[in-house]
Amino acid sequence: MAESISLSALTVGASAVVKSFPINGTAFIRLREMGLLPGTRITLMRAAPMGDPLEIKVRGYNLTLRKTETDHITVEPLQEK
Amino acid sequence: MSLPAHVKTANRKPVYAFVGNPNCGKSTLFNALTGLKQKVGNYPGVTVERKIGTAYSQHGQPMTVIDLPGAYSLAARSPDEAVTRDVLLGRRTDTEMPDRIVCIVDASNLERNLYLVHQILDLGRPIILVVNMMDLAIKAGLEIRVDQLEHQLGIPVIAAQAARGQGVIELKLAMSRQDLPLPRHRWDIPAEISSAVSEIQASLQNFDQKPPLIARAESLLLLTDQDPLRVSGSQPISPQTSKILQNWKTTWQKAGTDWAGTLVAARYDAIGKLTADSVRQVDTFVAQNTSDRIDAITTHGFWGWTVLGALMTALFLSIFTLAEYPMGLIEATVVALSDTVKGAMPPGDLRDLITDGAIAGVGGVVIFLPQILILFFFIGLLESTGYMARAAFIMDRLMGKVGLNGKSFIPLLSSYACAIPGIMATRTIEDPKDRLVTILVAPFMSCSARLPVYLLMIAALVPNGEVPLLTKVGLMLLMYALGTFGAFGFAWLFKRTLLKGDPPLMIMELPPYRMPKIKDVTLHMIERAGLFLKRAGTIILAISIVLWALTAYPKAGEDATAAEQIAQSYAGQAGKLIEPAIKPLGFNWEIGIGLISSFAAREVFVSSMSVVFNVEEDEEDTAPLREALQNSRWPDGRPLFTPLVCLTLMIFYVFAMQCISTVAIVKRETNSWKWPLFQIGYQTGFAWLLCLAVFQIGSALGY
Repeated sequence: MAESISLSALTVGASAVVKSFPINGTAFIRLREMGLLPGTRITLMRAAPMGDPLEIKVRGYNLTLRKTETDHITVEPLQEK
Repeated sequence: MSLPAHVKTANRKPVYAFVGNPNCGKSTLFNALTGLKQKVGNYPGVTVERKIGTAYSQHGQPMTVIDLPGAYSLAARSPDEAVTRDVLLGRRTDTEMPDRIVCIVDASNLERNLYLVHQILDLGRPIILVVNMMDLAIKAGLEIRVDQLEHQLGIPVIAAQAARGQGVIELKLAMSRQDLPLPRHRWDIPAEISSAVSEIQASLQNFDQKPPLIARAESLLLLTDQDPLRVSGSQPISPQTSKILQNWKTTWQKAGTDWAGTLVAARYDAIGKLTADSVRQVDTFVAQNTSDRIDAITTHGFWGWTVLGALMTALFLSIFTLAEYPMGLIEATVVALSDTVKGAMPPGDLRDLITDGAIAGVGGVVIFLPQILILFFFIGLLESTGYMARAAFIMDRLMGKVGLNGKSFIPLLSSYACAIPGIMATRTIEDPKDRLVTILVAPFMSCSARLPVYLLMIAALVPNGEVPLLTKVGLMLLMYALGTFGAFGFAWLFKRTLLKGDPPLMIMELPPYRMPKIKDVTLHMIERAGLFLKRAGTIILAISIVLWALTAYPKAGEDATAAEQIAQSYAGQAGKLIEPAIKPLGFNWEIGIGLISSFAAREVFVSSMSVVFNVEEDEEDTAPLREALQNSRWPDGRPLFTPLVCLTLMIFYVFAMQCISTVAIVKRETNSWKWPLFQIGYQTGFAWLLCLAVFQIGSALGY
């Protein structure tokens, strides 16, 4: 079982499962509505050239979000097969 | 049981709403169904595009189709989404509540797309589901069983590929059905929130006179609407209902209940059950898709900037080269038209009003139309291919430094050519405050109308007009840099003071790259340009006539020269009137006339100066005008256009708000006179202060 880390700390190209999420804040409600929920599998695709924002793949599409949000999202990295 | 009144459509024209996530191909489908029978405008009170078209049923009956703005959720986070929500809930008095809904979803990411559909199913209206972009789903190794979806939802489900016209006929047939079924939609509202939902629903029925199903849907929405975004034209909820809502929220907050999260999760659970039977990953090994491969380049640390730089260079080159020919053509037409009128009418004020006022004035702005069209086309192309989102992605960090997000980048960049398309492109910015800040600072970007002024002033710097190339380039770059820094500085300031808000989010989808549909892009370009001509055109016409009258009256007498005429006209008087205000900047009343006439368009400054200094205007050769400027003197004999004055004047043109077309567009895009007036005030005020400092310090240093 891998340790839970913040989404910002995930390595590029790695997949992870979302563990937890702040309850409040418009950003987080919207992220949930966009399909990013505890238990959802994501892949960190890349960071923008200047390091922020990040791009993740979730439910088959690509989504960008800033580190101000990803810092608060904890994920559990999936072991590479 | 009889059907609710809104379902019976036998006797009247049915009203369909097209709803879907952004980038789901909704507009392509809408265009395919309605052809050119569209009415494009704005929802009253908000700057959200309102598109209504007419489609014909299989039997030739007309059907009204409303293309609602793209939305991810009915819990609105942008004015676009708020309009979609309000129209569907019948909250807007200006738009008929649609009785049937066509939901369009992107097959390649069905789950997220179905979230909005799930909210719409709550409304209990007949629905047709269009599963679009089936080709992308197949490429992603997905098998979507449309029959299963149909079976589970109990509504017509159509597989489509709208970009190739597949599914359009099937949709039309489904829309022609009189007996469109209501969806089978059972899902359990989570226990933690169900009593709250019933209570709010009851209150909405009692105090807000909502029909039961709408009340239920609204009560669910109110729980996920964190900051219920109200837009003008939508009816607010009653105080009773908001009180109940507030009480529940307080209770939950104390108990630590994640009410909104629970609700969203419950919907995704229901969607998961739905897709479990209907979507199968048939191909488990899917190679990296094309979009990801392109993105590896376009968002790369080095190549990303290169691509962006190359695209922008191509844009500006095409604006300045491609536009040249049609611009010449327009100019020639304007001159020819004016000559025809001159030949056909006896000399007099009426003739001058038509030629020098209306034709010259409107012509002076219409001449920018080719540039504006190219910009609209290019922006449309960037949007429809999906590159726009990538540009926003890589620029976000930089824009974030002044409190904006990456989406402000393209509008600001476009403003280097012309602020009008730039300001109209701000509609993609969701946050209303960010959008307003972008609109407020966009005119600082040096547009192409300023170029003639810069060039004239640079030429007037040295007696023979032979300014060293390096100085010339350096000065031009300085002007562009000043405007850019001004824009960012003021954006930073506004985000901290006047339009303080949460730091903008960058929750944005990067849609798959697509081949642009030239037809859709062209249609979009024509719509936009039409809106500009219609709205700005009338104001420009009026202002042109006023400006003409200011220079034509009162009459100086029969044999007065043009220069004498303008000197004692109202414009001349106004120039003299403002002279005390501009004298500290080193400008006299003659320059004042130029400043005033620049309100029509900045490049008019050049022609005004020709009139004022009595020089035959010549496009090709500015030498006579340059000499006239250099020979002009203050009454005490000091030269007027010293190098310092030329520089100060250029700086004034960088910052001052002088373009009436921009004012008209800002008025339209912000829906009030408040912001354009504020813009005139702050920009021109800042220009004045800065020029004062430059001129006074420069003079003190002996320049």
